[in-house]
Amino acid sequence: MHTKSLAELAEGLRNKDFSSEELTRSSLARIKQYDIQLNSFITVAEAPALAQARQADAQLASGKAGPLTGIPIAQKDIFCTEGVRTSCASKMLDNFISPYNATVVQKYNDAGAVMIGKTNMDEFAMGSSNETSFYGAVKNPWDLEAVPGGSSGGSAACVAARLVPAATGTDTGGSIRQPAALCGITGIKPTYGRVSRYGMIAFASSLDQAGAMAGSAEDTAMMLNAMAGFDPKDSTSIEKDVPDYTASLNNDIKGLKIGLPKEYFGEGLDADVAAKIEQAIEEYKKLGAEIVEISLPNSSLSVPVYYVVAPAECSTNLSRFDGVRYGYRCEDPEDLEDLYKRSRGEGFGAEVKRRIMIGTYALSAGYYDAYYLKAQKLRRLISEDFKQAFEKVDVIMGPTAPSTAFKIGEKSDDPITMYLSDIYTIATNLAGLPGMSVPAGFSNSLPVGLQIIGNYFDEARLLNVAHQYQNVTDWHRQIPKGFE
Amino acid sequence: MSLETDDVKRIAHLARLAIDEADIPGYARNLSNILDLVEQMNSVNTDAVRPMAHPMDAQQRLRPDVVTEVNQREKFLANAPLAEAGLFLVPKVIE
Repeated sequence: MHTKSLAELAEGLRNKDFSSEELTRSSLARIKQYDIQLNSFITVAEAPALAQARQADAQLASGKAGPLTGIPIAQKDIFCTEGVRTSCASKMLDNFISPYNATVVQKYNDAGAVMIGKTNMDEFAMGSSNETSFYGAVKNPWDLEAVPGGSSGGSAACVAARLVPAATGTDTGGSIRQPAALCGITGIKPTYGRVSRYGMIAFASSLDQAGAMAGSAEDTAMMLNAMAGFDPKDSTSIEKDVPDYTASLNNDIKGLKIGLPKEYFGEGLDADVAAKIEQAIEEYKKLGAEIVEISLPNSSLSVPVYYVVAPAECSTNLSRFDGVRYGYRCEDPEDLEDLYKRSRGEGFGAEVKRRIMIGTYALSAGYYDAYYLKAQKLRRLISEDFKQAFEKVDVIMGPTAPSTAFKIGEKSDDPITMYLSDIYTIATNLAGLPGMSVPAGFSNSLPVGLQIIGNYFDEARLLNVAHQYQNVTDWHRQIPKGFE
Repeated sequence: MSLETDDVKRIAHLARLAIDEADIPGYARNLSNILDLVEQMNSVNTDAVRPMAHPMDAQQRLRPDVVTEVNQREKFLANAPLAEAGLFLVPKVIE
């Protein structure tokens, strides 16, 4: 069953080829067998998953099933799940059981999906390699010595290894697209505000966005259908109708104008990754697309801008972890200040502390204009670049990441080198635009991801453009050796 | 931009983070490198640019002032490291 796509599994359930309980047990068995190698799950919710599966089977029998009814999915451990631990991969929340469900979790429950477990990630979603997790690094199923990318590394690895057909992720600077690229799966970061962030543990609130990761654009579209939409509980959620993302998958893309930003093909890009991206562009030409060279002149500033905006917002958001109301508390605090300082000092890992300190510094008295305000001004310039580009083109394409998956430990001692692995994805978050990563071949047996960036709320077009490519290629169908 | 040991201590205090003495030089080095990266922002003049707080320049939405939450005190206290009589407990603040 694990070789079937989500769409095929949904059809199999409806045709009674197998039950949701059988499908869920098969997924649980694969997790038991393979996750010792991958470490992609923090918590496996076996009992609640089987209960949900039996409910789904009853719904399927009564003919009231929706497209996702009975499909096992994994939730990134940043989404609050009532009754199942939500750790955000931090010692700080190692014992935290959320009293409520995130809207995203509730929506999948309402859609009849089976929540099989919570996936590993970088601590508080801060990282690009899944090495900052309190629960240990996740391994890339294509090379067990390599990182899966991050921060949604567990979600990417478990989908790539076909432990589950789909998973949720979150993307603040590339955390869905970069791991999707490094693990050879399909992932979408929707427009800022498209998916509710209620119950999604906040990192950088002006950038954070939830999205879906799966084996193909079609499966991703089915996931996004259940996930997207206005939520009054999230004050940044946008009130706008959600189209059926599967309805336009088969639209012809003849005449599609694809912009190639010259800044995304310059220094720092691995030559073989560049060659694979160029081959993908050739496929699009064959499908009738027109290629337009464009420029995003301020894109080189996106990494510096991000490392002001994201830490500043994270230092504010993470001030809620104080050892008083929930989460880790140090032993024998001398006084209240000692309680705060040691609970936070012992509860957070090194990268989280680094970012809190950078943010605290940038927001401290006298520095606001030089850092946060300056970054917000540059953010507008970066956004304007995209605005001008989208007057000429329908979508923008380029590599998702500058290289394929790197080795575990290779970049973990040098934050700056690590930060640069998100060089092509960060600008999209700063502008609030939707972006995807789609498997586009292999370089030295490791997956390469093609990034597709769209205009605001143009997710349907992104999925359509990705699906048309997947109709003529089979990169997305490849299964890593040892996980067949 | 180079941060010294004392700068790191001051920032850690502002952020209410206890940092081991032995780790401070490492943080000073890392944080300085990050601030160097951030310095690149100064290569562009932004005097005439309006800061962008929201990607779509959306305004905060207002809602009717009605009660939407029910009292779940016991449920929320269940996650507290130390609670008693419906209250979160912390070390004594007032003598």
